[in-house]
Amino acid sequence: MTPDTALPELICPAGTPASLRSAVDAGADAVYCGFANETNARNFPGLNFGKEELAESIQHAHNKGAKVLVAINTFPQAGRTCLWKSSVDDAVEIGADALIVADIGLAAYVHRTHPDMRLHLSVQASASSPDTINYYRQRFDIKRVVLPRVLTLPEIAAINKEIDCETEVFVFGGLCVMAEGRCSLSSYATGKSPNMSGVCSPASHVRYEQNAVGDMTSRLGDFVINRFSKDEPAGYPTICKGRYKVDGKAAYIFEEPTSLNAVQMLPDLLKAGVTALKIEGRQRSRAYVAEVVSAFREAIDDHMGGRTPDLQRLIALTEGGRQTAGAYRKTWR
Amino acid sequence: MDAMKLTLGPVLFNWPPGVWRDFYFRIADEAPVETVYLGEVICSKRLPFFETHLPDVAERLAAAGKTVVLSSLALVMNKRDARLVRDLAADENFMVEANDVSSVAHLAGRPHVIGPLMNVYNEDTMDVLAADGAVRFCLPPELPASRIEILAEHARRRGVETEVFAYGRAPLALSARCYHARIHGLAKDNCQFVCSRDPDGVSVTTLDEQPFMTVNGIQTLSHSLVNLAGDLRALRQMNVTHLRLSPRAGDMVAVAQTFRDTLDGVLCANEAFSRIVEMTPEIPPANGFFRESCGHNAVKP
Amino acid sequence: MLLRPLPLFPLRPLLDRIVLAVAEKHPRLFRRLGEHSQKIYAIAPTDLPLVFVLQPDPEYPILEPERNLEDVSYDALVSGPFMKLMDLVEGRLDGDAMFFSRDLTIEGDTEAVLALRNALDDIDGNIVDDIVESLGILSLPARQAVVCYRKLRARASNDA
Repeated sequence: MTPDTALPELICPAGTPASLRSAVDAGADAVYCGFANETNARNFPGLNFGKEELAESIQHAHNKGAKVLVAINTFPQAGRTCLWKSSVDDAVEIGADALIVADIGLAAYVHRTHPDMRLHLSVQASASSPDTINYYRQRFDIKRVVLPRVLTLPEIAAINKEIDCETEVFVFGGLCVMAEGRCSLSSYATGKSPNMSGVCSPASHVRYEQNAVGDMTSRLGDFVINRFSKDEPAGYPTICKGRYKVDGKAAYIFEEPTSLNAVQMLPDLLKAGVTALKIEGRQRSRAYVAEVVSAFREAIDDHMGGRTPDLQRLIALTEGGRQTAGAYRKTWR
Repeated sequence: MDAMKLTLGPVLFNWPPGVWRDFYFRIADEAPVETVYLGEVICSKRLPFFETHLPDVAERLAAAGKTVVLSSLALVMNKRDARLVRDLAADENFMVEANDVSSVAHLAGRPHVIGPLMNVYNEDTMDVLAADGAVRFCLPPELPASRIEILAEHARRRGVETEVFAYGRAPLALSARCYHARIHGLAKDNCQFVCSRDPDGVSVTTLDEQPFMTVNGIQTLSHSLVNLAGDLRALRQMNVTHLRLSPRAGDMVAVAQTFRDTLDGVLCANEAFSRIVEMTPEIPPANGFFRESCGHNAVKP
Repeated sequence: MLLRPLPLFPLRPLLDRIVLAVAEKHPRLFRRLGEHSQKIYAIAPTDLPLVFVLQPDPEYPILEPERNLEDVSYDALVSGPFMKLMDLVEGRLDGDAMFFSRDLTIEGDTEAVLALRNALDDIDGNIVDDIVESLGILSLPARQAVVCYRKLRARASNDA
């Protein structure tokens, strides 16, 4: 819905207060982050924010002119929804600029209890069609939808013509190849549900084994999900990026260990009406966050200033050293 | 306490149209299930093949006293998909099962079922959907017993029904990508309908050849077969009202009969569990999701 | 070029002071570690003839040198080139990227390693500078080690 002349917002990840400060210093327009519990989809050990830490971080970001979007984007567990609701109340109290939610019940809670709070629909809601997006828009007054990483450019453009809220798309980082928020693969192998506990391929269930010649086997629960020869680049131990056999032949049947880099599609994404560009990686280091954010800041500023952006520095940071434009190009499917 | 009812979920695989029709004719004649879900959930490109048989099948099932519910598409990606969902929701003759949020939007205001591919994890979501006309909730297959119990009790107090996925390959994931086509080196737009070669999906093993998953078009399912026959007493005590049997290549009438006999007290739960396992000795059973364990596990009663 | 094999005993008091200094200056690190502060980490530089054993207990933090990995009973093992490990500690490199490129190897309790990595990453500034500062009057081996480390790092970045 935004004209393509408007400046796009750069939305950056933060897993810790230090990386939040790095992202802000590197030129983030907004930072997204979550509480250190099951309420957000990057519930990793040692990561995320306590309420006080987040309050300080929001203050810091606001002082520097950046926004903070708080992700409360898992699906509240029956009988325990208080945890999610009190996280919402806390985020509102400490001055979050928007809440990113996926669950219908939680969206209803925010809309009812904090009607002035800006609501974004998380990618975990997997809202891939105008009818779906309009449902959330009409019911809960969402102001922005984070589009699933499964749509092509023409589809994004078409969606933008049929909805009256902003769209945000992922441009860099990890790539979910399954419809987000609708995947129980990790739960099947480990018993921990990404939707309910906020962690996919929990580290507690991941084991790496090296053999005498330097091959590395990745295991998730009871299953071998990949094996890398000595110097072969590795990937995240997620099931969707694993190597398996069909009829005895080994292959990456879902996706290679690769990550999304849509920097070259920047002009097209803006033309398709996208308002905000999002970088994945709340689990990455502050060094990585600083590097990627500043590279994207530069690329966006170059583009808006009519210069050709330099794209090389982003490639070294991709998973397995490999990158894809993902579903934005239709050939991906 | 009312007796639990058996339902037959939609066929998730791409079966040849004649096989599809004959399967349902036999279900109509022989399977002791109360409700049958019909329709294409996985890929809108498959629908034209069996669409012509749909009226006959629905009529035969209805004549046999079964309630027919039409299931909607799980992943709506393009205009064709969206139109399909809109048309389905507009069909006043049948109850519709919503498998994605766009169908919920179209079904608001009339009674409908919420399918297992919708994210209903808590009471609040249930309340929002029930207020819009949802009368039955088939819960996500990954929910453990402790959460099902809370939701089923909430549903009972609200006067809506709860259905649990009790048999079949567990649906685990959906994707914009068609893995069936990818496995065969084909693009999704030119898939040559390779999924029709695998009436029970493609088996995916680990590198060490341990069976792991099943690919069915854009969907990924479990290798193991969910089997809650040993958990029927617990399910009944939780006020779960319906049990879903998800069709696969194999004798679904026998599966339904075994569940029916157990509900009727003719078979004991452990015997029912084993009897169902014996029908497909090559595929391991699983009740791990229900028993708060890894989904692929079979936890002994 | 490698560090000349050192006798381990002069290293012990130095490592003690390092770990205590870090513990005192960065209490938040332990909060982030949670239950993993009780885990034993073996940190094995692949290009040095020794292994560091770390138990980041907030009360009694331990960092000790050992000659052989076989002598250590650990929950998690992290190995890689010494310089890269130091870069990781200093927040200069991304752990995931090092893992993807196979510069870093993890065995045992993956969750403990992830927790430690994430906790270290929340430390602003340069942890090695903190350590040097905290040591006050440097013992001779400490001075040698730090000087040597700085030289090596300068060389490594010149090579790059």
